Amino acid sequence: MKANKIPIGPFHPLLEEAEYFELTVDGETVVDIDMEIGWMHRGHEYISEMKTFTQSIYLVERICGICSTSHPIACVHAIEDIDNIEIPLRARYIRTLVGELERIHSHLLWLGLAGHFIGYDTLWMWAWKYREPVLEMFEIISGNRNHYGMMRVGGVAQDVDPAKLIELHKHLDMIEKKMVMIAKAAKDDPVLRSRLKGVGVLTHEAAVAYCTVGPTSRASGVPGDVRLDEPTDAYDLVDFERIVLPNGDVYDKLVVRVLEIIESIKICRQCLSKLETVTGPILNNVKEISPGEGIGRYEAPRGEVFHYIRSDGTNRPIRHKVRAPSYVNIPSFKASCIGIPIADALITLASVDPCYCCTERSIKIIDKNHDSCSFDLIKASREKTEQIRREINAD
Amino acid sequence: MGWYNKRLAKSLWVFHISGSPCNNCDIEILDLLTPRYDVERLGIKLVGSIRHADVLLVTGIFNQKIAPKIKKIYEQAPKPIFVVAVGTCVSSGCCFKESYNRVEKREEVIPIDMYVPGCPPKPESMIEAVAKLLGVLNG
Repeated sequence: MKANKIPIGPFHPLLEEAEYFELTVDGETVVDIDMEIGWMHRGHEYISEMKTFTQSIYLVERICGICSTSHPIACVHAIEDIDNIEIPLRARYIRTLVGELERIHSHLLWLGLAGHFIGYDTLWMWAWKYREPVLEMFEIISGNRNHYGMMRVGGVAQDVDPAKLIELHKHLDMIEKKMVMIAKAAKDDPVLRSRLKGVGVLTHEAAVAYCTVGPTSRASGVPGDVRLDEPTDAYDLVDFERIVLPNGDVYDKLVVRVLEIIESIKICRQCLSKLETVTGPILNNVKEISPGEGIGRYEAPRGEVFHYIRSDGTNRPIRHKVRAPSYVNIPSFKASCIGIPIADALITLASVDPCYCCTERSIKIIDKNHDSCSFDLIKASREKTEQIRREINAD
Repeated sequence: MGWYNKRLAKSLWVFHISGSPCNNCDIEILDLLTPRYDVERLGIKLVGSIRHADVLLVTGIFNQKIAPKIKKIYEQAPKPIFVVAVGTCVSSGCCFKESYNRVEKREEVIPIDMYVPGCPPKPESMIEAVAKLLGVLNG
Protein backbone atom coordinates (compact mmCIF):
# COMPACT_ATOMS: atom_id res chain seq x y z
CA MET A 1 0.00 0.00 0.00
CA LYS A 2 1.24 3.44 -0.86
CA ALA A 3 1.53 5.64 2.20
CA ASN A 4 -0.70 8.68 2.45
CA LYS A 5 0.73 12.13 2.87
CA ILE A 6 -0.80 14.77 5.12
CA PRO A 7 0.27 18.33 4.45
CA ILE A 8 0.17 20.75 7.39
CA GLY A 9 0.60 24.42 6.68
CA PRO A 10 2.15 26.60 5.50
CA PHE A 11 -0.39 29.08 6.67
CA HIS A 12 -0.95 27.68 10.07
CA PRO A 13 2.57 27.41 11.25
CA LEU A 14 2.86 25.05 14.13
CA LEU A 15 6.04 26.50 15.50
CA GLU A 16 7.92 29.70 16.02
CA GLU A 17 8.96 29.95 12.41
CA ALA A 18 6.14 29.33 9.96
CA GLU A 19 6.62 25.93 8.55
CA TYR A 20 5.24 23.38 6.22
CA PHE A 21 5.00 19.82 7.48
CA GLU A 22 4.27 16.74 5.50
CA LEU A 23 3.34 13.72 7.56
CA THR A 24 3.48 10.40 5.78
CA VAL A 25 0.99 8.05 7.40
CA ASP A 26 0.31 4.38 7.12
CA GLY A 27 -3.17 3.94 8.48
CA GLU A 28 -3.12 5.69 11.81
CA THR A 29 0.63 5.64 12.28
CA VAL A 30 3.05 8.35 11.27
CA VAL A 31 5.88 6.75 9.30
CA ASP A 32 7.77 9.80 8.10
CA ILE A 33 7.84 13.54 8.53
CA ASP A 34 9.21 16.22 6.27
CA MET A 35 9.39 19.94 6.78
CA GLU A 36 10.06 23.09 4.85
CA ILE A 37 11.10 26.35 6.45
CA GLY A 38 11.57 29.90 5.20
CA TRP A 39 8.03 31.25 5.32
CA MET A 40 8.95 33.74 7.99
CA HIS A 41 12.30 34.79 6.55
CA ARG A 42 12.75 38.52 6.92
CA GLY A 43 16.51 38.85 6.51
CA HIS A 44 17.39 40.00 10.01
CA GLU A 45 21.11 39.35 9.68
CA TYR A 46 21.26 41.43 6.50
CA ILE A 47 19.22 44.31 7.94
CA SER A 48 21.29 44.27 11.12
CA GLU A 49 24.44 45.05 9.13
CA MET A 50 22.81 48.29 7.98
CA LYS A 51 21.86 49.40 11.49
CA THR A 52 23.99 50.80 14.28
CA PHE A 53 24.66 48.64 17.34
CA THR A 54 21.92 50.33 19.34
CA GLN A 55 19.42 50.02 16.51
CA SER A 56 20.20 46.36 15.95
CA ILE A 57 19.13 45.59 19.54
CA TYR A 58 15.65 46.83 18.67
CA LEU A 59 15.77 44.87 15.45
CA VAL A 60 16.62 41.54 17.10
CA GLU A 61 13.83 42.19 19.57
CA ARG A 62 11.50 41.66 16.63
CA ILE A 63 12.92 38.28 15.64
CA CYS A 64 10.31 36.66 17.82
CA GLY A 65 7.46 38.23 19.69
CA ILE A 66 7.56 35.72 22.52
CA CYS A 67 11.32 35.75 23.20
CA SER A 68 11.46 39.48 22.71
CA THR A 69 14.00 40.01 25.44
CA SER A 70 16.11 36.88 25.02
CA HIS A 71 17.44 37.94 21.64
CA PRO A 72 18.34 41.48 22.81
CA ILE A 73 20.08 40.05 25.89
CA ALA A 74 22.13 37.66 23.74
CA CYS A 75 22.85 40.52 21.32
CA VAL A 76 24.11 42.92 24.01
CA HIS A 77 26.16 40.10 25.50
CA ALA A 78 27.81 39.64 22.10
CA ILE A 79 28.56 43.35 21.74
CA GLU A 80 29.81 43.59 25.32
CA ASP A 81 31.99 40.55 24.70
CA ILE A 82 33.94 42.44 22.01
CA ASP A 83 35.25 45.01 24.49
CA ASN A 84 34.65 43.15 27.76
CA ILE A 85 32.29 45.89 28.90
CA GLU A 86 31.26 45.66 32.56
CA ILE A 87 27.68 46.45 33.41
CA PRO A 88 26.44 47.95 36.71
CA LEU A 89 25.05 45.62 39.35
CA ARG A 90 21.59 47.19 39.34
CA ALA A 91 21.35 46.75 35.57
CA ARG A 92 22.28 43.07 35.98
CA TYR A 93 19.37 42.51 38.32
CA ILE A 94 16.97 44.36 36.02
CA ARG A 95 18.09 42.26 33.03
CA THR A 96 17.55 39.05 34.93
CA LEU A 97 14.17 40.23 36.21
CA VAL A 98 12.91 41.02 32.71
CA GLY A 99 14.35 37.80 31.29
CA GLU A 100 12.69 35.63 33.92
CA LEU A 101 9.33 37.40 33.66
CA GLU A 102 9.48 36.62 29.98
CA ARG A 103 10.09 32.97 30.74
CA ILE A 104 6.96 32.91 32.92
CA HIS A 105 4.78 34.42 30.22
CA SER A 106 6.23 32.25 27.46
CA HIS A 107 5.78 29.00 29.40
CA LEU A 108 2.23 29.99 30.37
CA LEU A 109 1.50 30.68 26.75
CA TRP A 110 2.74 27.21 25.82
CA LEU A 111 0.80 25.58 28.65
CA GLY A 112 -2.40 27.16 27.39
CA LEU A 113 -1.67 26.07 23.86
CA ALA A 114 -0.99 22.49 24.90
CA GLY A 115 -4.31 22.43 26.75
CA HIS A 116 -6.09 23.85 23.72
CA PHE A 117 -4.65 21.25 21.37
CA ILE A 118 -5.78 18.30 23.42
CA GLY A 119 -9.23 19.77 23.93
CA TYR A 120 -8.62 21.08 27.43
CA ASP A 121 -9.76 24.65 26.85
CA THR A 122 -10.14 25.34 30.56
CA LEU A 123 -6.38 25.08 30.91
CA TRP A 124 -5.99 27.44 27.94
CA MET A 125 -8.22 30.10 29.42
CA TRP A 126 -6.69 29.72 32.88
CA ALA A 127 -3.11 29.92 31.65
CA TRP A 128 -3.82 32.96 29.50
CA LYS A 129 -5.82 34.67 32.20
CA TYR A 130 -2.91 34.45 34.61
CA ARG A 131 -0.49 35.50 31.89
CA GLU A 132 -2.09 38.94 31.89
CA PRO A 133 -0.66 39.99 35.30
CA VAL A 134 2.82 39.16 33.95
CA LEU A 135 2.22 41.45 30.99
CA GLU A 136 0.99 44.08 33.46
CA MET A 137 4.29 43.77 35.31
CA PHE A 138 6.08 44.39 32.02
CA GLU A 139 3.92 47.43 31.49
CA ILE A 140 4.88 48.74 34.93
CA ILE A 141 8.59 48.09 34.35
CA SER A 142 9.02 49.13 30.73
CA GLY A 143 5.79 50.76 29.58
CA ASN A 144 5.11 48.08 26.97
CA ARG A 145 3.17 44.84 27.11
CA ASN A 146 5.46 43.24 24.53
CA HIS A 147 8.71 44.39 22.92
CA TYR A 148 10.04 45.97 26.07
CA GLY A 149 13.07 47.78 24.62
CA MET A 150 14.94 47.46 27.92
CA MET A 151 18.38 46.32 26.76
CA ARG A 152 21.30 48.60 25.94
CA VAL A 153 24.98 47.98 25.42
CA GLY A 154 26.43 48.54 28.89
CA GLY A 155 23.22 48.25 30.90
CA VAL A 156 19.50 48.74 30.59
CA ALA A 157 17.44 51.57 29.14
CA GLN A 158 15.06 52.19 32.02
CA ASP A 159 15.31 51.95 35.75
CA VAL A 160 12.68 50.20 37.83
CA ASP A 161 10.91 52.87 39.85
CA PRO A 162 11.44 52.05 43.57
CA ALA A 163 7.89 53.24 44.28
CA LYS A 164 6.55 50.52 41.97
CA LEU A 165 8.34 47.68 43.72
CA ILE A 166 5.51 47.06 46.19
CA GLU A 167 3.06 46.78 43.32
CA LEU A 168 5.38 44.38 41.48
CA HIS A 169 5.69 42.25 44.61
CA LYS A 170 1.90 42.12 44.89
CA HIS A 171 1.55 41.01 41.29
CA LEU A 172 4.21 38.35 41.83
CA ASP A 173 2.45 37.04 44.95
CA MET A 174 -0.76 36.69 43.01
CA ILE A 175 0.97 34.97 40.09
CA GLU A 176 2.74 32.56 42.43
CA LYS A 177 -0.47 31.57 44.17
CA LYS A 178 -2.18 30.88 40.86
CA MET A 179 0.87 29.10 39.44
CA VAL A 180 0.99 26.68 42.34
CA MET A 181 -2.69 26.01 41.72
CA ILE A 182 -2.21 25.47 37.97
CA ALA A 183 0.88 23.34 38.56
CA LYS A 184 -1.05 21.12 40.93
CA ALA A 185 -4.04 20.93 38.59
CA ALA A 186 -1.88 20.12 35.57
CA LYS A 187 0.27 17.54 37.35
CA ASP A 188 -2.49 15.74 39.23
CA ASP A 189 -5.14 15.70 36.53
CA PRO A 190 -5.72 12.04 35.61
CA VAL A 191 -6.90 12.87 32.09
CA LEU A 192 -3.89 15.03 31.32
CA ARG A 193 -1.57 12.43 32.78
CA SER A 194 -2.89 9.51 30.76
CA ARG A 195 -3.24 11.64 27.63
CA LEU A 196 0.35 12.88 27.67
CA LYS A 197 2.36 10.17 29.45
CA GLY A 198 4.47 8.17 27.02
CA VAL A 199 3.43 10.30 24.05
CA GLY A 200 6.05 11.51 21.58
CA VAL A 201 9.07 10.27 23.49
CA LEU A 202 12.37 11.92 22.64
CA THR A 203 14.99 9.61 24.10
CA HIS A 204 18.14 10.83 25.79
CA GLU A 205 20.29 9.56 22.89
CA ALA A 206 18.10 11.30 20.31
CA ALA A 207 18.08 14.54 22.31
CA VAL A 208 21.88 14.49 22.32
CA ALA A 209 22.13 13.42 18.67
CA TYR A 210 19.83 16.21 17.45
CA CYS A 211 21.55 18.78 19.72
CA THR A 212 18.23 19.88 21.21
CA VAL A 213 18.28 22.71 23.71
CA GLY A 214 16.08 24.15 26.42
CA PRO A 215 13.08 22.43 28.01
CA THR A 216 12.96 20.00 25.07
CA SER A 217 16.33 18.55 26.04
CA ARG A 218 15.91 18.97 29.81
CA ALA A 219 12.77 16.82 29.68
CA SER A 220 14.92 14.09 28.07
CA GLY A 221 17.52 14.14 30.82
CA VAL A 222 20.07 16.41 29.12
CA PRO A 223 20.93 18.95 31.81
CA GLY A 224 21.94 21.90 29.59
CA ASP A 225 20.99 25.30 30.96
CA VAL A 226 23.06 28.34 29.98
CA ARG A 227 21.85 30.22 33.05
CA LEU A 228 23.72 27.76 35.29
CA ASP A 229 26.47 26.53 32.98
CA GLU A 230 27.73 29.96 32.01
CA PRO A 231 26.04 32.44 34.31
CA THR A 232 25.77 35.98 32.99
CA ASP A 233 23.96 39.01 34.37
CA ALA A 234 22.69 38.24 37.85
CA TYR A 235 22.26 34.49 37.46
CA ASP A 236 25.30 33.76 39.61
CA LEU A 237 23.89 35.99 42.34
CA VAL A 238 20.48 34.36 42.64
CA ASP A 239 19.54 30.95 43.89
CA PHE A 240 17.54 28.58 41.70
CA GLU A 241 17.48 24.98 40.61
CA ARG A 242 18.02 23.18 37.35
CA ILE A 243 14.92 21.25 36.30
CA VAL A 244 15.74 17.98 34.57
CA LEU A 245 13.34 15.07 34.03
CA PRO A 246 14.25 11.68 32.53
CA ASN A 247 11.39 10.42 30.34
CA GLY A 248 11.30 12.75 27.33
CA ASP A 249 7.58 12.48 26.70
CA VAL A 250 5.16 15.38 26.33
CA TYR A 251 4.08 15.07 29.95
CA ASP A 252 7.65 15.58 31.15
CA LYS A 253 8.01 18.59 28.88
CA LEU A 254 4.88 20.03 30.47
CA VAL A 255 6.14 19.36 33.98
CA VAL A 256 9.56 20.86 33.18
CA ARG A 257 7.93 24.05 32.01
CA VAL A 258 5.54 24.24 34.97
CA LEU A 259 8.40 23.75 37.44
CA GLU A 260 10.50 26.31 35.58
CA ILE A 261 7.73 28.86 36.04
CA ILE A 262 7.94 28.30 39.79
CA GLU A 263 11.75 28.65 39.69
CA SER A 264 11.45 31.83 37.62
CA ILE A 265 9.09 33.33 40.17
CA LYS A 266 11.71 32.55 42.79
CA ILE A 267 14.37 34.37 40.77
CA CYS A 268 12.08 37.36 40.15
CA ARG A 269 11.37 37.65 43.84
CA GLN A 270 15.09 37.66 44.68
CA CYS A 271 15.76 40.28 42.00
CA LEU A 272 12.95 42.51 43.26
CA SER A 273 14.21 42.39 46.83
CA LYS A 274 17.76 43.13 45.65
CA LEU A 275 16.48 46.12 43.68
CA GLU A 276 15.27 47.59 46.98
CA THR A 277 18.81 47.71 48.39
CA VAL A 278 21.16 47.84 45.38
CA THR A 279 21.44 51.38 44.10
CA GLY A 280 23.64 53.01 41.53
CA PRO A 281 23.77 53.65 37.82
CA ILE A 282 21.95 51.44 35.34
CA LEU A 283 23.97 52.25 32.24
CA ASN A 284 27.69 52.41 31.51
CA ASN A 285 28.12 54.87 28.71
CA VAL A 286 29.86 53.06 25.89
CA LYS A 287 31.47 55.49 23.47
CA GLU A 288 32.68 53.13 20.79
CA ILE A 289 33.14 49.47 19.99
CA SER A 290 36.63 48.44 18.96
CA PRO A 291 37.28 46.01 16.08
CA GLY A 292 36.83 42.40 17.03
CA GLU A 293 34.27 39.70 17.42
CA GLY A 294 32.08 38.57 20.26
CA ILE A 295 29.56 35.94 21.12
CA GLY A 296 26.52 36.17 23.34
CA ARG A 297 24.48 33.36 24.84
CA TYR A 298 21.28 33.41 26.77
CA GLU A 299 18.80 30.77 27.87
CA ALA A 300 15.60 31.79 26.12
CA PRO A 301 12.34 30.11 27.17
CA ARG A 302 12.82 27.65 24.29
CA GLY A 303 16.52 27.04 24.75
CA GLU A 304 19.85 28.57 24.08
CA VAL A 305 20.00 31.69 21.90
CA PHE A 306 23.36 32.38 20.30
CA HIS A 307 24.48 35.66 18.74
CA TYR A 308 27.76 36.35 16.99
CA ILE A 309 28.79 39.90 16.13
CA ARG A 310 31.87 41.12 14.30
CA SER A 311 32.82 44.76 14.46
CA ASP A 312 35.33 46.71 12.35
CA GLY A 313 35.53 49.69 14.68
CA THR A 314 32.66 51.65 13.11
CA ASN A 315 29.28 51.97 14.76
CA ARG A 316 27.76 49.12 12.77
CA PRO A 317 28.24 45.36 12.98
CA ILE A 318 29.75 43.98 9.79
CA ARG A 319 28.46 40.49 10.53
CA HIS A 320 25.63 39.46 12.79
CA LYS A 321 24.80 35.80 13.09
CA VAL A 322 21.80 34.53 15.03
CA ARG A 323 21.08 30.96 16.04
CA ALA A 324 17.64 30.49 17.51
CA PRO A 325 16.68 27.52 19.71
CA SER A 326 13.75 26.31 17.59
CA TYR A 327 16.10 25.79 14.69
CA VAL A 328 17.75 22.86 16.42
CA ASN A 329 14.65 21.64 18.23
CA ILE A 330 12.53 21.24 15.11
CA PRO A 331 14.55 18.44 13.45
CA SER A 332 14.03 16.34 16.59
CA PHE A 333 10.54 15.59 15.24
CA LYS A 334 12.27 12.96 13.11
CA ALA A 335 13.03 11.14 16.34
CA SER A 336 9.88 11.85 18.33
CA CYS A 337 7.08 11.76 15.75
CA ILE A 338 7.79 8.60 13.82
CA GLY A 339 5.77 5.60 14.93
CA ILE A 340 3.16 7.47 16.95
CA PRO A 341 -0.56 7.59 16.14
CA ILE A 342 -1.71 10.60 14.18
CA ALA A 343 -3.89 11.85 17.05
CA ASP A 344 -0.72 12.33 19.08
CA ALA A 345 1.24 13.98 16.27
CA LEU A 346 -0.19 17.45 16.91
CA ILE A 347 0.70 17.64 20.59
CA THR A 348 4.13 16.15 19.88
CA LEU A 349 4.80 18.79 17.23
CA ALA A 350 3.53 21.40 19.67
CA SER A 351 5.59 20.09 22.56
CA VAL A 352 8.80 21.87 21.59
CA ASP A 353 6.92 25.18 22.04
CA PRO A 354 5.16 26.38 18.94
CA CYS A 355 3.62 29.68 17.97
CA TYR A 356 0.04 30.62 18.02
CA CYS A 357 -0.70 31.10 14.38
CA CYS A 358 -2.12 27.62 14.44
CA THR A 359 -5.13 27.78 16.72
CA GLU A 360 -7.45 25.98 14.41
CA ARG A 361 -6.38 24.01 11.46
CA SER A 362 -8.14 21.88 8.93
CA ILE A 363 -5.91 19.61 6.92
CA LYS A 364 -6.39 17.20 4.08
CA ILE A 365 -5.47 13.63 3.49
CA ILE A 366 -4.62 13.06 -0.13
CA ASP A 367 -4.86 9.49 -1.37
CA LYS A 368 -3.02 8.03 -4.34
CA ASN A 369 -5.74 9.06 -6.82
CA HIS A 370 -5.39 12.65 -5.59
CA ASP A 371 -8.93 12.56 -4.32
CA SER A 372 -8.81 14.35 -1.04
CA CYS A 373 -10.90 14.03 2.01
CA SER A 374 -10.96 16.47 4.86
CA PHE A 375 -9.35 15.42 8.09
CA ASP A 376 -9.14 17.53 11.19
CA LEU A 377 -5.99 16.96 13.21
CA ILE A 378 -7.19 18.97 16.20
CA LYS A 379 -10.44 17.03 16.21
CA ALA A 380 -8.60 13.73 16.25
CA SER A 381 -6.43 14.94 19.10
CA ARG A 382 -9.44 16.08 21.13
CA GLU A 383 -11.41 12.92 20.48
CA LYS A 384 -8.60 10.91 21.96
CA THR A 385 -8.65 13.05 25.12
CA GLU A 386 -12.41 12.67 25.34
CA GLN A 387 -12.07 8.91 25.02
CA ILE A 388 -9.51 8.81 27.84
CA ARG A 389 -11.78 10.99 29.96
CA ARG A 390 -14.64 8.58 29.43
CA GLU A 391 -12.49 5.57 30.28
CA ILE A 392 -11.27 7.20 33.48
CA ASN A 393 -14.77 8.17 34.52
CA ALA A 394 -16.01 4.65 33.83
CA ASP A 395 -13.43 3.11 36.16
CA MET B 1 -24.81 45.61 0.20
CA GLY B 2 -26.13 47.60 3.15
CA TRP B 3 -28.68 45.04 4.29
CA TYR B 4 -26.14 42.26 4.06
CA ASN B 5 -23.49 44.17 6.00
CA LYS B 6 -25.95 44.91 8.80
CA ARG B 7 -26.62 41.24 9.24
CA LEU B 8 -22.92 40.49 9.03
CA ALA B 9 -22.20 42.97 11.81
CA LYS B 10 -24.22 40.94 14.31
CA SER B 11 -21.51 38.32 14.50
CA LEU B 12 -18.20 38.70 12.70
CA TRP B 13 -16.20 35.55 12.16
CA VAL B 14 -12.52 36.15 11.92
CA PHE B 15 -9.78 34.23 10.19
CA HIS B 16 -6.18 35.07 10.91
CA ILE B 17 -3.09 34.61 8.77
CA SER B 18 0.44 35.57 9.57
CA GLY B 19 2.52 36.80 6.68
CA SER B 20 5.99 36.73 8.23
CA PRO B 21 5.48 38.86 11.32
CA CYS B 22 7.38 38.47 14.59
CA ASN B 23 4.40 36.58 16.08
CA ASN B 24 3.62 39.25 18.60
CA CYS B 25 0.59 40.59 16.76
CA ASP B 26 -0.67 37.02 16.41
CA ILE B 27 -0.35 36.45 20.13
CA GLU B 28 -2.13 39.70 20.89
CA ILE B 29 -4.94 38.68 18.53
CA LEU B 30 -5.35 35.42 20.42
CA ASP B 31 -5.14 37.34 23.67
CA LEU B 32 -8.38 39.03 22.63
CA LEU B 33 -10.18 35.70 22.96
CA THR B 34 -9.05 34.96 26.48
CA PRO B 35 -10.91 36.03 29.65
CA ARG B 36 -9.33 39.48 30.10
CA TYR B 37 -10.58 40.93 26.80
CA ASP B 38 -13.02 38.29 25.59
CA VAL B 39 -14.22 39.59 22.24
CA GLU B 40 -16.66 36.73 21.92
CA ARG B 41 -19.06 38.90 23.88
CA LEU B 42 -19.16 41.11 20.74
CA GLY B 43 -20.01 38.11 18.60
CA ILE B 44 -16.48 37.79 17.25
CA LYS B 45 -15.16 34.30 16.82
CA LEU B 46 -11.88 33.00 15.47
CA VAL B 47 -12.61 30.30 12.90
CA GLY B 48 -10.41 27.58 11.45
CA SER B 49 -11.20 28.02 7.79
CA ILE B 50 -11.16 31.03 5.50
CA ARG B 51 -14.39 29.78 3.94
CA HIS B 52 -16.26 30.57 7.14
CA ALA B 53 -14.76 34.00 7.67
CA ASP B 54 -16.14 37.52 7.30
CA VAL B 55 -12.98 39.29 8.39
CA LEU B 56 -9.40 38.45 7.45
CA LEU B 57 -6.71 39.58 9.87
CA VAL B 58 -3.25 39.84 8.35
CA THR B 59 0.03 40.56 10.07
CA GLY B 60 3.64 40.84 8.97
CA ILE B 61 5.66 42.11 6.05
CA PHE B 62 4.54 39.47 3.50
CA ASN B 63 7.80 37.94 2.37
CA GLN B 64 8.30 36.79 -1.20
CA LYS B 65 7.60 33.18 -0.38
CA ILE B 66 4.39 33.71 1.54
CA ALA B 67 2.81 36.47 -0.59
CA PRO B 68 1.37 34.15 -3.28
CA LYS B 69 -0.14 31.99 -0.54
CA ILE B 70 -1.79 35.02 1.06
CA LYS B 71 -3.25 35.94 -2.31
CA LYS B 72 -4.54 32.40 -2.69
CA ILE B 73 -6.17 32.47 0.74
CA TYR B 74 -7.83 35.77 -0.11
CA GLU B 75 -9.16 34.36 -3.37
CA GLN B 76 -10.68 31.42 -1.51
CA ALA B 77 -12.59 33.71 0.85
CA PRO B 78 -16.31 34.23 0.36
CA LYS B 79 -16.91 37.87 -0.57
CA PRO B 80 -17.50 40.38 0.90
CA ILE B 81 -14.53 39.93 3.18
CA PHE B 82 -12.98 42.74 5.17
CA VAL B 83 -9.22 42.73 5.46
CA VAL B 84 -7.82 44.24 8.64
CA ALA B 85 -4.05 44.71 8.76
CA VAL B 86 -2.79 44.34 12.31
CA GLY B 87 0.51 45.93 13.26
CA THR B 88 2.94 48.44 11.83
CA CYS B 89 4.60 45.78 9.66
CA VAL B 90 1.78 45.70 7.16
CA SER B 91 1.44 49.45 6.81
CA SER B 92 5.06 50.63 6.78
CA GLY B 93 7.30 47.58 7.12
CA CYS B 94 8.38 48.54 10.64
CA CYS B 95 12.09 47.83 11.09
CA PHE B 96 12.11 45.39 8.17
CA LYS B 97 11.88 48.19 5.62
CA GLU B 98 15.31 47.38 4.16
CA SER B 99 14.63 43.66 3.89
CA TYR B 100 15.38 42.05 0.54
CA ASN B 101 12.59 39.56 1.06
CA ARG B 102 9.76 42.03 1.55
CA VAL B 103 6.88 42.63 -0.84
CA GLU B 104 7.07 46.34 -1.65
CA LYS B 105 3.36 47.06 -1.89
CA ARG B 106 1.26 44.82 0.25
CA GLU B 107 -1.90 46.45 -1.08
CA GLU B 108 -1.15 44.85 -4.43
CA VAL B 109 -1.13 41.38 -2.92
CA ILE B 110 -4.54 41.77 -1.31
CA PRO B 111 -6.74 44.86 -0.89
CA ILE B 112 -6.59 46.09 2.70
CA ASP B 113 -9.58 47.85 4.25
CA MET B 114 -8.26 48.89 7.61
CA TYR B 115 -4.95 49.35 9.38
CA VAL B 116 -4.35 48.97 13.10
CA PRO B 117 -1.01 50.61 13.93
CA GLY B 118 1.25 49.55 16.77
CA CYS B 119 4.11 47.18 17.34
CA PRO B 120 2.22 45.23 18.49
CA PRO B 121 -1.12 47.05 18.82
CA LYS B 122 -2.60 46.85 22.28
CA PRO B 123 -5.69 44.65 22.54
CA GLU B 124 -7.67 47.76 23.39
CA SER B 125 -6.79 49.36 20.06
CA MET B 126 -7.73 46.17 18.23
CA ILE B 127 -11.12 46.19 19.97
CA GLU B 128 -11.51 49.84 18.93
CA ALA B 129 -10.74 48.86 15.33
CA VAL B 130 -13.36 46.14 15.50
CA ALA B 131 -15.89 48.59 16.95
CA LYS B 132 -15.16 51.02 14.11
CA LEU B 133 -15.61 48.25 11.56
CA LEU B 134 -18.95 47.35 13.15
CA GLY B 135 -19.93 51.02 12.95
CA VAL B 136 -19.12 51.15 9.23
CA LEU B 137 -21.00 47.91 8.56
CA ASN B 138 -24.05 49.20 10.41
CA GLY B 139 -23.97 52.28 8.19
